This record gives sequence, structure tokens and C-alpha cells, in this order.
Amino acid sequence: MADESYPDDLLYHPEHDWARIEGDVATFGITWYAQDQLGEVVFCEPPEVGRAVAKDEPYTEVESVKAVSDVIAPLSGEIVEVNAALTDRPEAVNADPYGDGWLVKVRLTDPGERDGLLDAEGYRASLG
Amino acid sequence: MTETIFEVSQEGRRAFVAPATDVPERPLEELIPRALLRDEPARLPEVAEPEIVRHYNRLSKRNFDLDTGFYPLGSCTMKHNPKLHERVAALPGNARLHPLQHPARAQGALELMWRLQGALGEIAGLPHVSLQPSAGSHGELAGVLLTRAYHEDRGQTRHKVLTPDTAHGTNPATVTMAGYELVKLASNADGGIDLDDLRAKADEDVACLMLTNPNTLGLFDPNIEEIARIVHGVGATLYYDGANLNAIVGVCRPGDMGFDIVHFNLHKTFTQPHGGGGPGAGPIAVSERIEPYLPRPQVVRRAADNGGEPAFDLDHDRPKSIGRLRGFQGNYGVFVRSYAYIRSLGAEGLREMSEVAVLNANYLLARLREKGVAEYLPVAYDRLCMHEFVLSGAPMKRELKVRTLDLAKRLLDHGVHPPTVYFPLLVDEALLVEPTETETKETLDAFADAIAEILREAREDPTVAQTAPHTTPVRRLDEAAAAKRPVIRQPM
Amino acid sequence: MSTYTSLTGADRAAMLEAIGVGSVEALFDVIPEGVRLGRALDLPPGAAEQEVFAELRRLAARNVSADDEISFLGGGMYDHYVPALVDSIVQRSEFLTPYTPYQPEISQGGLQVMFEYQTAMSELTGLPVSNASVYEGPSAVAAAGYMAKLHNSRRRFVVSEGVHPHSRETLATTAAGWDVEIVEVALSGGATDAAALAEAIDEDTSAVFLQQPNFVGAVEDLAALSARAREAGAVVVCSCDPIALGILRPPGECGVDVAVGEGQPLGNRLDFGGPSFGFFCAGEAFLRKMPGRIAGETVDVDGRRGFVLTLQTREQHIRRERATSNICTAQALNALAGVIYLSWLGRRGLVELGELLARRTAYAREALAAVPGVSLRHERPVVREFAITLDAPVAGVVERCAAEGVNPGLALDGDGLLVAITEQRSRTDVDRLVDVLGRAVAAERDEQTGEAGRSRPAGGRTVVSGARAGRPQGDFSA
Repeated sequence: MADESYPDDLLYHPEHDWARIEGDVATFGITWYAQDQLGEVVFCEPPEVGRAVAKDEPYTEVESVKAVSDVIAPLSGEIVEVNAALTDRPEAVNADPYGDGWLVKVRLTDPGERDGLLDAEGYRASLG
Repeated sequence: MTETIFEVSQEGRRAFVAPATDVPERPLEELIPRALLRDEPARLPEVAEPEIVRHYNRLSKRNFDLDTGFYPLGSCTMKHNPKLHERVAALPGNARLHPLQHPARAQGALELMWRLQGALGEIAGLPHVSLQPSAGSHGELAGVLLTRAYHEDRGQTRHKVLTPDTAHGTNPATVTMAGYELVKLASNADGGIDLDDLRAKADEDVACLMLTNPNTLGLFDPNIEEIARIVHGVGATLYYDGANLNAIVGVCRPGDMGFDIVHFNLHKTFTQPHGGGGPGAGPIAVSERIEPYLPRPQVVRRAADNGGEPAFDLDHDRPKSIGRLRGFQGNYGVFVRSYAYIRSLGAEGLREMSEVAVLNANYLLARLREKGVAEYLPVAYDRLCMHEFVLSGAPMKRELKVRTLDLAKRLLDHGVHPPTVYFPLLVDEALLVEPTETETKETLDAFADAIAEILREAREDPTVAQTAPHTTPVRRLDEAAAAKRPVIRQPM
Repeated sequence: MSTYTSLTGADRAAMLEAIGVGSVEALFDVIPEGVRLGRALDLPPGAAEQEVFAELRRLAARNVSADDEISFLGGGMYDHYVPALVDSIVQRSEFLTPYTPYQPEISQGGLQVMFEYQTAMSELTGLPVSNASVYEGPSAVAAAGYMAKLHNSRRRFVVSEGVHPHSRETLATTAAGWDVEIVEVALSGGATDAAALAEAIDEDTSAVFLQQPNFVGAVEDLAALSARAREAGAVVVCSCDPIALGILRPPGECGVDVAVGEGQPLGNRLDFGGPSFGFFCAGEAFLRKMPGRIAGETVDVDGRRGFVLTLQTREQHIRRERATSNICTAQALNALAGVIYLSWLGRRGLVELGELLARRTAYAREALAAVPGVSLRHERPVVREFAITLDAPVAGVVERCAAEGVNPGLALDGDGLLVAITEQRSRTDVDRLVDVLGRAVAAERDEQTGEAGRSRPAGGRTVVSGARAGRPQGDFSA
């Protein structure tokens, strides 16, 4: 499992999701804290390309042996790519939550929403 | 050795000897077209009787069971299963009776069911009973469907059902299956329903409130009369999940508390053996206003036409009934056992059952509040409990690095079944303990001593519990692998 | 007086002191006065074991069981021979008394049994995924409907009238809150009308429900019937007789997505209708949407093979309102009886049993068809059950047969009878049925056309007045 970290180049949603914004496309995933709470991820089937996601709304689920967690979209947009490798290797979400454990890439519809997210320090503080 | 029966199989072995064919041996293809027939037999095992007996006997010895040891599994009411019950269930008049036998020739069975209905109705304080549902959650589904029928018959369409956040998972799952939207109610600091939250959420779009009392924390909600007033005030029904009935039989009754619909778990309070995961039964008792919607058929007693003995019958003529929830009449074999139990205990014995259940739980709780245990496993609610209580393993986790899960696994090495873990969700690192009334004081003392011993050991060396169990047929199993790449049948 | 508690006076005193209360009553102080019962339960006093046994025996003696008559009753549950080894194994404490295996390390026996059972049912149905049991047949059909609805969110169920009336009614009752329309398709010549079925299926059809053999005993052409459903993207559900699957083409090879059914014929008693078990098998696509417990194979920390409940995130204790079903307690002990029975029959035995049934049933059907006043409702191939029509009131015929110790089968609307054959009904028994039924039909017909006044059937059991003896069961029209 990965060591606890909250990279500085990411933005964070209080419901334990991160966004890496590159132009008008953002990559989403769940934070180290979220995967630690869940335990070993056993199943994650990302949604289909083309689906719309809305800020603060769940867009997929992640399952461990004893829990199911909604994954909240930090920003709104349309899914342009999904991490299909997670179907065979769901544990990537635990091992590398910010890298190989990414979930979807989204073309943003309202980039201004990023102002409502936390930076790494703010998110870390929110964990208490 | 953990070979499966398929791995024990050897081609050519057999146990079954078919009776002699006493009719013309016509080729099967003459009777049924080839295209509708199998090409190959199903790949069932090929074993003789000695291998089958040895295989399943060996497997049985890899199970812990209630006849062998203490099983304080909260919310499950693991009380002794009287051996008389197997004898009466096996009587040929019961075991060999076809469900479609004409009622005139099943009078013993129908009378038994009618009497059981009456007894359950008296225990619940509600006059009308259906024995049809097959399990508690099946009874819950019946109750919510009855609620739907009740409202629809009044020209109302309601969309929501309320359950507390402490509810057993079957309650919200049932709500969705019945086509309603779940609304959760908060619990107050005493573990009961937060009345303000209830008042805010109870409106005329609420069809029903599903409750259990005592609740899953083992606590009796003293505000139940007010809760009933609020719910009835908006025209909703009040549903009682009978999983915790063992605490109150003969002391108070859900019907008198204001509940409209009650389900019983015959495999809990009425000691149908759990069977490793069923069978059970989930009969329901309802108030007068819900009666018209009961499932069909109902067991009824009819006065005789000519002054003779009254007779028992299956009444299908129920125009407002919600219909059927299963085939035939329900789990009759379970009814036989529960009826024998109620007849054995009688009014006084049933009350004593609940009194001792509550006494045993409070005594065990008192033992577990002693020094050496209470600091690590404090009781979640500091008051007398009913038939079960919840401890929190949060301090144990923080201070000793031993989680509730580890404690449970270490208990296996002590030859007891652990209590229920991680339920109810409201309590962090929950341990839900229900000893039941059929345990001796010595057993309760031994359990308390085992917990104290595990904690003492954990203070010295937490790794023993963290890697427990050590003495069981298998040790901790890789559940993640089983979920990621499920292997749920023997490959061939 | 409860005989199952061990509390002595000394125990009570010591325990109350440890708790810190003066009496047991004080433990119930939290219960408000207004809801206390305040009196004894209005139930008879408790009784000694021998008295309870005597009462239960008296009640049981008033039932006419399959031991007391030659019975041709079927209609979903059948009087098969259950070998003694089933009883001896399922009565073992280690199988009878534990709970659902939430602590797998001490439940390897029960979990491995589930795994073996899942394998056996998967083999019988030809579908790769099986759960560890549901309650029984008709509610399994309803559970399949729920799964289909969750799977494709469509709003229409198409159901063949060949599906058992109890299953059809259970589906309708359970679906009351699902906002689905249920359309029934008639039988034609004893089998589901393929054209009518195809006509009824549209793009909003969630699932199509069939039964094999169907309620009137006919073997259906599942492959042909499922084709249109698959085209429309509907889930094909088939309720199957597990014994008949010993010789019939498995539903998984016929385009069926979900095979369910009543498991009682596999090693379980009649028990006046329960407990038994329902089986639930499906294609791979439904693995994570299945209801019920599923046991899976894995290893422990030392590399030993073991079994656990798996895919639990489908279930109510984790997913709560988003669970695939609300099922908690299932029918584990009855499923154990099922897998023992299937092991006892074995690969060859199940086939031999099916062949015997088919041959005896063909013999019985031919013989009955030759009886004056008896006609076959259809001439479709059958395995172990078939429907006939009488030209006399069936209720009276049944009473006359009962008086001679023969139960000719289930009365159907339209003066019909559903006649079931098991391996326990010998040729001699069938010949007796033919004889008794023939005379009963003739006598009823004569009485219809002859003098008034119902003559009491000679001998046999007295028909209890008030139970409307002679009125057929409420819900069988076929």
C-alpha cells in the first residue's frame, strides 16, 4: 500500500476525491484517505465514456470486501476516458491512488468550479 | 483435508440403486424429442454411500455450532434448540404431508397453524396473523407491501418509508424492493429515535416507519407512544421488526405500543434451528385495519354446518389481499417446532424466557464493565440494556492496536463464537453481544474472563490477536482475492 | 415453566447484585407503564415434554400423508424417496445449529457445502453462476424479476401461463411497487404459444418468464421461445423442475439467462409445503447482481484452501437500500440436503431416475387416456406429470378416490386433474389409480344423470363437515 500523501499539484473535494487539471481536461480519483478507509479495493467498474458528471454528485462506486463507497465528482463535465485497467487490477487504487489508480478523465464544462475545491494543505487540514 | 465431493468422486462409483423398471422400457427419444434432451449427463459426483457419509461428517467437524458452544451473536438470538422439536417435525403426519392435500385431510396441520397464529397474535397484541413469509426480511417485505395496499385502497400514493440509522440492513433493502424511497432518521444521544428529526420528516408522503424496539443497540425506546402518535398523526403505518422480540415477550406487546404490523423471526425468538443460514420463517401480525390486505391463503376456522366440530380451512377468497409471497402455505416444518416450543413454555415460561434473556445480558454487561475490560471496550450507552448490548472497540484500537475484528478472531481460539461485529453502524468498532436466556451463569463468567484475558494478552503482545485465529481449521482467509477473482463453483 | 433456562435462586441473587438492581422487574423499568401488558399472556400453561409430544402426535394423526394413501399429487412438490443418509447428516448439530457463516474460520463445513451445492446446481442448469439458495420456487421467480428490472430498468414482464400459478401470483405481488406491467401469454396445445409470446415481447420488455416442464407437465422448446426475447434484449427467466433437468437439455444451453426453481424434489421432505429451498442460477453477466449468499474459494494466510462468503457488497448488510435483494436468512440446511441427495443419485443415477419417471409417466398417461370419461389436456412430451380432463365433477371424483385410499392428483378448474408420478409410484400403484379413477368418474357421472342424493362413499375416512370437502383448491386454473 502507498504511504499517506496529498500531492500539491492536485485540487481536492471534501468527500475525498482529487482532480488534476490539465487545460480543459481533468483527471479524477480518490485520495489516500479514502482508499485507506475502504481497505483493499476489490471491484471498480468505471462508468461509460460520454456520460455527464456533475460536481458534488456521485458518478461511480468503489468496492472493498466489506464496504461500498460512492465516488463524488469534484467538477462537472463529460467523461472522455476511463481507466479500464482497474477492472483487472482494482488494487491500483490502493497502491497508487494518484497515478495508476486514476478513475476517469473529464472534459470540464465549468472550469470556474475549481475555485470551490481545496488545495493539498486545506484538504489535509480538513481530515482533522 | 478439504477435497470437495467432486474431487472425492471416481468414475463408476454409485450409491443409488434405481427401483426395477416395471413398465415398458421405451427409448427416451421416443417419448421426448432428441433436441429437448440433454446430450451429456450433468457432471454430478460418482460416490458410494460410505464416501458421502464420511465426506459430510468430516465437513461437519469443521463447523462451530450452538450445540457445542456459546454463540452470543447479537441480533440473532442463538438460544438452545430443543431436541423435541426435531422429533415432532419428523412425525410422518407432518413430514410426509403434501402441501396440496385437500384441507379436509390436513386438519391436524391447519389446526396447528391456526393455533400458532392465535399464540403469535396474543404475544404481539395484534389480532390477525399470516404465517406465509419465509424469513424476517420476507415478513418485512410483506409488511411494506401491506402498507402500500392500505394506502392505495384509500386512494393515496405515498413515496417514502422512514427507518432509523440503527436499522438492520434488511429494512432499507426491503424499502427499495417495495418501491419506496428510504428516508433515514437520526438517533438521539440516548440511542432512541430523535423526535425532532421524526417530526420534521413525518409528513403525508410517508407511508410507514419501520422500527424495532428494543432497537439494535439493545435499548428500549421509552418514547414509543409519542412516536406512534406522530406516525399515526400523518396517517402512516408503524412497522415492528421482531428481531429483538426475545427481550419483551409477556412484558409488553408491540400492538399495545401502537404498531400496526409486526413480523416474528421464528428462527430467533422461537428457536427454529438456524441451519447454517436457514430455514427460518417470518410470520406477521397486523391490526384490524390492515387485515383485509393479508396474503392469501389465510388459515381460518369455520363453524360446522351441522353443529359438528369446527373445521380448519385455507381461505383464498380475499378480494383485497396483496396476493401471495411464495408457494403453498409457508414453512410448515418451522411452524411445528415453534408451536411445540410455545406449548412447552406456556404463558409463564415465555415471560420467564424474556426476563432471563434480559437478566443474562445485564449480568454479562456488568462483568464486562469491570476493570481491565471497560477501559478498552466501553459500553456504547451507559444504562441498563435489554437482551443485548453494544460495546465499542475504539479505545482498544487506539491504545492496543487491536481492532474489534482481531478480538473476534482471538475469541475463536477460546472456543466461543464471537459476538456480532461492526453492527450497528452507529457505533465505532461495534461489538453487539446477545447471550440469550439458555446460557448458565458459568458460561457468561467464562466469556467475560476470556475477553479480559485477550485484553491482558493484547497489552503485552497485540500481534497474537492481530494474527488470530491460531487454532481453528483454517486461519484468516483472503477475502479480497475471493471478491476480486471469484471462484464460486468447482471447475471441471 | 421454562425448561430451557438454568437460572437458580442463587444465580439470580448473585447476578442481580453484580448488576446493582434489586429485582429482575427493575431491569424493565424503562418500559413505560402505558404499554406494559400488566397481565399474564392469554395462552395455555406450559407442559411437560411428553404432554407436548402427545398433543403434536394427535394433531399429526389427523393428517392424511403420503404414507397413508397412494398419492399422485404434484404441482411443484413431489413425493420422491429421500435416502436415510440425508437425515443422518442434516440432523448433525454442526449443520443444524450454527448461524450464517460470518466467521469463516470456524464455518468451513457450511461454506464448503455451499460451494459444492453451487457447483451441483450450476451443472444441472448449465449456467455458470449459482447462489447458495433462496427461500423456494415462486419467490425465486420474483427475485429473478427484481434482478432483471435492476439490470435493464425496463417496465414490462411477459409471463407464460405455463408458469406455476403460485409463481405468477408471487411475481405480481412482489412487483407491486416496481411500476411494471405484467402480461400473460396463453398456452396452446399444452405449450406456450410461441407466436403470442413473440407478439407480446417489445423493446420495453425487461424479462420473459417460462417454466420447464410447464405447469401442465409439458416439455417446452425453450430454445425457440427464448430467441425472440434475446433479440429484444429481455432477460430470459425459466423456472425448472430440478429432477427433470437430469434428462432435459439444460436451460443454459437453450438461451435462458436465469434458471430458478423449487428445490424440494432434491432430498427434502414434503412438510406441507416448507421449508425447502429455491435455486437461482444465471449467466456470468449477472454475477454481481445476484441475490443471496454466495460462497467462494480462497486461501488462508498459511496457503490452506478455504471458503468464504464472497461478493458481499451486493447484500443488504453492506449495501442496505441499494442491495440486490433484502434476503438475509436463506435455506442453507435444505440446500445441504439437496447436494447430499444429488451426490447420492450421482451422475448416472439422476439420469436413470429421469428415465424411469418418463417411462412410468408415459405408461400412466396412456392408461388414463383409455379410461372412459378421461381425456388428455395435451399431447406434448412429458417427464413426470400431466393434466387430464374428466367429464364428471372433479371434486366428487377426488372424494371417491380418497375413500379408497388413492389421491388421484391436484384438482384443476374445468374438472381437470394434474397427475404426478414419482419413483415411489409403482406400476401396480398406477394400475390401481386407473381402476379407482375410472370407477369414480363413472359413479360421479351416473350420479349426475341418476337419482338425487349423494350417497356416502363406502369405507375410508370420514369427510369433515364444514371444511367444504369437495371444493377444489382456490388457485388452480389450467
